[in-house]
Amino acid sequence: MEAYINGLSAISPQNTFAEDTLLANPVGYSGVRSLRCIEPQYSAYIDPMASRRMSRIIKMGVCSAMKCLRDSGISTPDAIITGTGMGCVEDTGKFLVSIYKNDEKLLNPTPFIQSTHNTVGASIALILKCHNYNNTYGHRGFSFESALIDALMLLQESKATDILTGGIDELTPDLFTITDRLGLWKKEPVDNLCLKDYRSSGSIAGEGSAYFVLSSRKTEKSMARIGRVMTFFKPDNQEEIEKKLGNIVKPDLVILGVNGDQTGDEVYSNLRKGIFKNIPAVYYKHLCGEYDTSSAFALAMAAGIIREQHVPDIMKLDSMPDGKIHNILIYNHLRNVNHSVILVSSC
Amino acid sequence: MAEKVYITGAGIISSIGFNYMEVLSSLESSLSGIGRLKYIDSVYRDEIPFAEVRASNNELREMARVPRNGIFSRTSLLGIIAAREALINSAIKNISEHRTGLISATTVGGMDRTEMFFKKFIKDKSHGRLRDIITHDNGDSTEKIAAACDVKDYVTTISTACSSSANSILLGSRLIENGILDRAIVGGTDALTLFTINGFNSLNILDKGGCKPFDDDRNGLTLGEGAAFLVLESENIIKNTGKKVLGTVAGYGNACDAFHQTASSPDGEGAYISMNKAFVKSGLTPDNINYINAHGTGTKNNDLSEGKALERLYGGSIPAVSSTKAFTGHTLGAAGAIEAVFSIMAIEKQCIWPNLNFKKKMNELGFVPATELIRNVPVRNVLSNSFGFGGNNTSLIFSKS
Repeated sequence: MEAYINGLSAISPQNTFAEDTLLANPVGYSGVRSLRCIEPQYSAYIDPMASRRMSRIIKMGVCSAMKCLRDSGISTPDAIITGTGMGCVEDTGKFLVSIYKNDEKLLNPTPFIQSTHNTVGASIALILKCHNYNNTYGHRGFSFESALIDALMLLQESKATDILTGGIDELTPDLFTITDRLGLWKKEPVDNLCLKDYRSSGSIAGEGSAYFVLSSRKTEKSMARIGRVMTFFKPDNQEEIEKKLGNIVKPDLVILGVNGDQTGDEVYSNLRKGIFKNIPAVYYKHLCGEYDTSSAFALAMAAGIIREQHVPDIMKLDSMPDGKIHNILIYNHLRNVNHSVILVSSC
Repeated sequence: MAEKVYITGAGIISSIGFNYMEVLSSLESSLSGIGRLKYIDSVYRDEIPFAEVRASNNELREMARVPRNGIFSRTSLLGIIAAREALINSAIKNISEHRTGLISATTVGGMDRTEMFFKKFIKDKSHGRLRDIITHDNGDSTEKIAAACDVKDYVTTISTACSSSANSILLGSRLIENGILDRAIVGGTDALTLFTINGFNSLNILDKGGCKPFDDDRNGLTLGEGAAFLVLESENIIKNTGKKVLGTVAGYGNACDAFHQTASSPDGEGAYISMNKAFVKSGLTPDNINYINAHGTGTKNNDLSEGKALERLYGGSIPAVSSTKAFTGHTLGAAGAIEAVFSIMAIEKQCIWPNLNFKKKMNELGFVPATELIRNVPVRNVLSNSFGFGGNNTSLIFSKS
């Protein structure tokens, strides 16, 4: 099973939406505990009348999806598959608050309608009038990977040629407050670009939307190829992780989900002493923050690196040999429970 | 790729019973689970009926045999009970002898506990017990079920509103057909919450008299809760073990209505496409279907749209149709799986389940649903529809093996 990446668009805390060159000007934030997306002017991609009713996650999702389709020259994809770990957090919170503030009486239904996880995928279909296959996955650190596996299967089944697949999550002030109380984030404000150097517990919160056109056809737009996607749940120990990763091709570069959390990062450092030994390694969560579908941002980075045959310095965990980069392995885990692997290759 | 997908186990919990046998007995006796809300403190308790699972969270914890100190949302308890029954029903002893996945579905996940948290949190952001919020996301209930069933190879959650668990059956079938898994536990779970009660009430689509699917005087849906899971297994496993089979997943179709965020198109375009896709996949034709378990929520909009799509597909001669929502209420993310179990039961018992509460034929439609239990009819192929917000429509075809 494989898919060509024939288009991508990412809204993130970096200038990924506007820049043509991968991380041409990395954006540093100093003294922060969370990162927020740099949002584009939506009016170029979404009818202003329609966007007024949309929450931020819907706007970010629809906008990146539309740009991705536009750039790849696809008007109606054969399927729309979305991954979102937390779904439409803002509208969910809004409706919950209204229930208690108004004693369940005379509530505005709009936030309820827009609270379901499939709102982003459905909004894209609605705008495109696209009746094709439409699915949404919402499972922590497996959300985007599940969407990718579904897409790869659809291509294999010859039920689709061009599939719009994306990973999206939004950070709201309440979500930050709650996850902060749960201890997920570093207590001290950090400079995001040096995230890996803070030896403490927790990461920085993030968000983002990255959409891809995955295709069975190699075209002049093809920038990279996804060769394999695998997820595994709650491995018992490091050996089990190594065993799962063992039968995958030896890559020229690994993109790791290093997030600055001392305990969680041990999984990566152990692998770099073991199965990833002597393989150049880069990381990405200092650029986008930690969130359930951050691997979609990582996939955008991988596609960019392969297309440009250049690794941005800001991503490097160590010095790199200058070889040609054919195969990149993205390996990420969320709280050592959701482990995932995406293999990206040159076309 | 031509591999067949077999159903070897089923588990269910809903307002009409705590397990497969109890639910079957309620269906055979036309006993509805709709009644007065008991376990949720809502201002609508005396005004609007609901289809609640008749057990407190503590009673569900006992049924689910979960660790005393574990933190479980009602959604995950319902899911564990149904998934475990499906495994027992399928006589699975060693889960790890085959590549096994769990695909669950839910719309609101652990919202029942989130509500306890938010009530305090909105007054003071440092308030609200953290143990009440860590079960919020959809993945939590699935991971609790995965842990209870020892599943590790593949775990995910689908959330496409009211078609969620129909899509988990679709996905599990495809993972087996594509050789990624040998076995998949597929289904969904959703608990009643203030969030959904108030959400549907704010849309004015809760029938104060209880839902009346396909009735001309229907006035909305009745919300329910529950969970159901099927065990799907590959042809190889069946060949090698010769184990008991309940039926097959013969076809599936997923389409998007792409008409409106909540309303269905008046001509049922999405429904028509999803049913057609299921027929193409199964190699069956519409006249091969003996029973249609309709989505039939009881809202003005759904039943008209679905009815129109059925008429478009069948012309004048539609097979026996019923909606079982007047038994269980609309169980949202669990509905597709609950009705898949009803479809399997219809094949097992060779009967058609009645569409309760129906009195008056809809003006716009030429057909009426089956209103009485019909026994001893050949039921080889059942079509089951699930349609959701966002126009996410999925149709499934189950066949006698």
